[in-house]
Amino acid sequence: MHYLDHSATTPVLPEVRDAMLPFLEDDYGNPSSVHSPGRRAKEAVEDARDRVANAIGSSPAEVVFTGGGTDADNLAVKGGAQKLRGNGNHIVTTSFEHHGVLGPAEWLTGQGFEVTRVAVGPSGVVDPQVVASATRKSTVLVSVMTVNNEIGTIQPMAEIVDAVKSVNPNALVHTDAVQALGNLAIDVDLWGVDLAAFSAHKVGGPKGVGALFVRSGVPLEPVTHGGGQEHGLRSGTLNVPGIAGFGVAAEIAAKEVNEKQQHVRKLRDRLLAGIRSAVPDVVVNGDLDRRVAGNLNVCIPHAEGQILLLLLDQAGIACSSGSACASGAIDPSHVLLAIGVSRGLARGSLRFTFGRRSTDADVDAVLEVFEGIVAQARKVAA
Amino acid sequence: MTRRKAVVAMSGGVDSSVAAATLVADGFDVTGIMLKLWRGESANTASGCCNVGAAEDARRVADVLDIPFYVLNLADRFENSVVKDFHDAYASGKTPNPCVRCNQWVKFDALFERAMALGADVLATGHYARVEQRDGRFRLLRGRDERKDQSYVLWMLTQHELARSCFPVGEHDKPETRRIAAELELRTATKPDSQEICFVPAGDFDAYVGAQMPDAARPGPIVDSGGRVLGRHRGIGRYTVGQRKGLGISVGVPLFVTEVDAHANAVVVGPRDELTVSELTVDEVIFGAEIPVPGIEVLVQHRAHGEVAPGTLHPQGHDRAVVRYHEPIEAVSPGQSAAFYDASTPEELIGGGIISATVAATAVA
Repeated sequence: MHYLDHSATTPVLPEVRDAMLPFLEDDYGNPSSVHSPGRRAKEAVEDARDRVANAIGSSPAEVVFTGGGTDADNLAVKGGAQKLRGNGNHIVTTSFEHHGVLGPAEWLTGQGFEVTRVAVGPSGVVDPQVVASATRKSTVLVSVMTVNNEIGTIQPMAEIVDAVKSVNPNALVHTDAVQALGNLAIDVDLWGVDLAAFSAHKVGGPKGVGALFVRSGVPLEPVTHGGGQEHGLRSGTLNVPGIAGFGVAAEIAAKEVNEKQQHVRKLRDRLLAGIRSAVPDVVVNGDLDRRVAGNLNVCIPHAEGQILLLLLDQAGIACSSGSACASGAIDPSHVLLAIGVSRGLARGSLRFTFGRRSTDADVDAVLEVFEGIVAQARKVAA
Repeated sequence: MTRRKAVVAMSGGVDSSVAAATLVADGFDVTGIMLKLWRGESANTASGCCNVGAAEDARRVADVLDIPFYVLNLADRFENSVVKDFHDAYASGKTPNPCVRCNQWVKFDALFERAMALGADVLATGHYARVEQRDGRFRLLRGRDERKDQSYVLWMLTQHELARSCFPVGEHDKPETRRIAAELELRTATKPDSQEICFVPAGDFDAYVGAQMPDAARPGPIVDSGGRVLGRHRGIGRYTVGQRKGLGISVGVPLFVTEVDAHANAVVVGPRDELTVSELTVDEVIFGAEIPVPGIEVLVQHRAHGEVAPGTLHPQGHDRAVVRYHEPIEAVSPGQSAAFYDASTPEELIGGGIISATVAATAVA
């Protein structure tokens, strides 16, 4: 199997697995317990908190562990907006956010909030001035993703924060940075954001673990109530093995970010060159230069992404197309529609995302079959 | 020798589950495909074949059979063909059969084409029908289980599709299908059959007409064959030829809907003898194996799970045929399908089409 879907998830790194194992069988204590097994578990959590904080440029006290990226986004968007309800009822986000942000924003419209989703042009890079002009006095929260999950484009976070704060210094700025970790050097202070969501499994960590950076002093209403873990912001017994794994994964992601970018850029560029020569009318979605190096998102005119995907799967290549709904069917990507790709063309999208273990052999495998698969898929009428 | 490859259209029901299991047992390289036909997550949580629960059932069956399983999104195609036709037909006073149209334009067209593009030798479904090769042609036969037979909704299959289609449960009766599913411990073994139109929420057709078919929901007159107004109807989409209930008229004799006149937005009613029909005009006709000789003796079925009636068949032009019944029959709705079975080999469906017009027996007499 040639796995080129690292934006969906990544294999757990051996170092990460080794860091997790002790907390499954031997040191299985509950970190809230007073006894020594509990203290050992607590130590592992705090050790991981240090590592994650180092990886994102925050202090450990600003890291709240969650049940994943979407969980962190929910806490940021719902928790931030509801806490600042007294200041206003307006939220700004973009039309190409991850559903982890779009979902809670949509839910908040049912709670009396108004949501502005700013448009994003074909480049897939948000214009800070457009975000600023959507910001009002009544805006309580602005949420713009750092790196788009489908097209990989990088948003100018520092400029966006500056532009928003110059209009309304009280508005919280959140960023879904799930796709940024491991693909960009991260410094939440440099960005100036108030909130930032991260996920372990995108960087060689386990699934079901994430973190929300909450800048010191930023007010949040909890979404999950209970035993008061994580400063009362995310109740529930901590996922100790997962968190221990996340700590190691985040540390490695930050340490190896440049090396990985160089590695995946070479592979990505070679894949694109090969695809262009096999299918000359291929369309690259979003700005190729202002994106993370391991992402390639293309549309194949006159072909259905779902058929390309199945044919590639049959050929032992795993990639993705559009967005999968609950049944597993593929709908045209809301991200591509948001950046102005036509519905017809958007149906023919394919996303290849590389990871640190990707090799030239993976690229060779795609290029070996690609022209034939496209020809096969093009036999099917729309 | 390389294994033959089959794509099985899986609906999450017991029939297509057993179809897949049978092909696996027969040594095929099987891929299961479910169609997502409705935009959004689910049109109908109670029944139908395109909701998330059904997809999970189909996926778990595929897991047990250890075959790859995919969900294909054909919602745009379904909406633009089957649903549009459904609305257009009611608005023009006809009674459509969306399952026929789905087979014609979605399963044995869009899906068939995709299955072939995926390298399949055959497309299999859970229909109760059979395909047999005789005299060098592939022929569609009724399923072994007479009560479950679904050849009627497959009249549109051409030689091209018949040669590449397969209906494994057509060899069984329904209890046998369920027994096979139970033996394999498939979770769909005891699942009830779906009955309703999959895109009509909760099977509430009356509400659907009001919400989705404004043209067919406008009230108008109920008239008799002489044009005399007897009452008011609630929109022509809510009436079908042969209907007796819901007319709200009492004239001493039982009255039936004999015609839906879209042009005048009127529902025509009459006593039972005005329901009788001696002749059908059938359009969009397809003969799957060969064009029959004019005047061939046929048995004609004009509604799903309906009786057949004998007559002669007269092909006209490239896609029209006229049926002349030996004895008048009752209550034929334009828009429904007519399926033709050869009177000398009554299991064999030789063709079919969409009923476009009828000739009242009273008019001939």
